[in-house]
Amino acid sequence: MIRLQTAPIALDELVLDVRGDGDGAVATFLGTVRDHNAGRKVLHLEYEAYGGMAEREMERIAADARERFGVSRVAIVHRTGRLEIGEASVAIAVAAPHRAAALDATRFIIDTLKRTVPIWKREHFEGGSVWVGEAP
Amino acid sequence: MTLRVLYFASLKDRARAAEEAVDVPAGTTVGALWEELSRRHPGLASFTARPLVACDKTFAAWETSLDGVREVAFLPPFSGG
Repeated sequence: MIRLQTAPIALDELVLDVRGDGDGAVATFLGTVRDHNAGRKVLHLEYEAYGGMAEREMERIAADARERFGVSRVAIVHRTGRLEIGEASVAIAVAAPHRAAALDATRFIIDTLKRTVPIWKREHFEGGSVWVGEAP
Repeated sequence: MTLRVLYFASLKDRARAAEEAVDVPAGTTVGALWEELSRRHPGLASFTARPLVACDKTFAAWETSLDGVREVAFLPPFSGG
């Protein structure tokens, strides 16, 4: 399960998707919307993605994770559109026979996703908004 | 040939458009297209760093030829997650 969606993320759905009878571990990660950033109060976030390419890059990361860590299955779901404080913007689930590979692969996936997947967030605060990751 | 050019996030704001159709002569490179677009959209010229670029949804280099390409996307720094 690799996808972008505007609807809220149900982590259970990812866990059910990846878990198999040969797996002894399912590691999960949720990225959530924080109420502050760079010393500023955040009101909400808005995510934009390059549909088609973002999924392709997430598929590539999942394949790399399976190869590098020998994990069984990977699910990655990223939200787009407006997100309120506390909502999950990204969810990852990784199933593996043993916990170390599942945990290491999860860390690898979120770190790589942030660097290589064409997704952007706009931070809305009192009095304005800014695309994150770029000098004003 | 006619290309579909896409802009995202801050580049969309700077170009004041999400996409446009652009005619380019054969042999045009990504870099030459960006220079042309920066002339058309002064807001793009103020984007100091070179943006990442994708040709038909695959990362491409500044020197990449656009021959045979249908869609070019200019991508500001990612901030997903």
